Amino acid sequence: MVEGVGGSAVLRQDSFPPTRLLAENLACRRGGRLIFEGVSLSLAPGEAIALTGRNGAGKSSLIAMLCGRLRPDGGRIRLEGGDEDAPLTEISHLVGHRDGLKTALTARENLAFAQDVLGDAAASPEKALAAVGLPHAAELPVGYLSAGQRRRVALARLLVSARPFWLLDEPMSALDTASQAMLAGLMQAHLRQGGAILAATHGPLGLDGARELRIGP
Amino acid sequence: MKRAFIAILKRDLALAGRAGGGGELALVFFLTLVVLVPFALGPDLNLLSRIGPAILWLGALLSVLIGLDRLFQSDEEDGSLDLIRASSLPLELAVLAKGLAHWLTTGLPLAIASPLLGLLVALPGEGVLPLVATLLVGTPALSFIGAGGAALAAGLRRGGLIVPVLVAPLTIPVLIFGVSAANAALGGTVPFLTPFLILCAISLAAIVVGTMAAAAALRSAE
Repeated sequence: MVEGVGGSAVLRQDSFPPTRLLAENLACRRGGRLIFEGVSLSLAPGEAIALTGRNGAGKSSLIAMLCGRLRPDGGRIRLEGGDEDAPLTEISHLVGHRDGLKTALTARENLAFAQDVLGDAAASPEKALAAVGLPHAAELPVGYLSAGQRRRVALARLLVSARPFWLLDEPMSALDTASQAMLAGLMQAHLRQGGAILAATHGPLGLDGARELRIGP
Repeated sequence: MKRAFIAILKRDLALAGRAGGGGELALVFFLTLVVLVPFALGPDLNLLSRIGPAILWLGALLSVLIGLDRLFQSDEEDGSLDLIRASSLPLELAVLAKGLAHWLTTGLPLAIASPLLGLLVALPGEGVLPLVATLLVGTPALSFIGAGGAALAAGLRRGGLIVPVLVAPLTIPVLIFGVSAANAALGGTVPFLTPFLILCAISLAAIVVGTMAAAAALRSAE
């Protein structure tokens, strides 16, 4: 099913160094209020975690901590094996609520920018756009695309630059069912390459081996 | 790393050129300000040519300040600042690229347009080149002092006027030495080079300090 959407074809063939992401007893405070504490997780190559919890449980904050954007208010995050000394910001991809796209630039320009800035070039912007089913949108300014199409351009960023950890914050939002299957295919291909995924979600991810991590009450 | 630096520079230049980028807005604002002043002061050409360099410098300063709040705020809002933070490029160099792009799209066009606007304030011929030179070396200081202020306000949803208010007092030395160098070329006891070299030094220092300050502000804005 993956090959059908071109998922594995565009990914780099060599796999990632065997790095594990470990988080121990993380705590998060927002405006003096404790959002969560005692959250631990381990993410090894080939593993996927579905992060669940009610609205406001701290899913986005946890993802921000794991990608090095937010300092934990307790506990620690470390890497083990492989790229042990790499900064957290440089080994993970973040696709969050904000798409990180410039509406005045075309989809291709946005992806080329992401590739240059993130480094570790993998698929070309054109190939990545084809993999998310938007080959025709390459030369269109992103401002002309719909919310779902923008989300797919943002997801194409996962393919233009090869990073082992994909941290996705509700990646399925705004996607239609065909695009959700496409994303599931891309995620499976990434896991087979030795990558790892943590995705905050309210619905099924379409990944068979995904563990569920529930935070908050 | 060099690739990421050039990518940020190129993207900001492209964005300034596209619709809504505001690249040409500073120039039009500059023109408007300088055109308004003679109407307010009346047709006294001697007065105008005496305060001409000061008017042009004030106009340039205000034109640079008005667009500053968007420098980092727009990147923060659409999430592309997260992308830049995820780069292996040190945040200082990312700020340097953005500040450079800001100067190329605001300060440099202002300096190039200033001889034309000098005509409107009856600037004497021998004062034109020194004025362009002072704007050319002085406006980078404005861009980079401004970058520090803009980075502080990056996370504010309605930053708006806070950035110009924050930045304007810090630009006073630039204004003093920029205007006095431009005036020195028109006569007086101070040689042109004395204030001009100080202006160069202020600019170089502002590039370093502004870059560091902006990067630190962007790091702690989490």
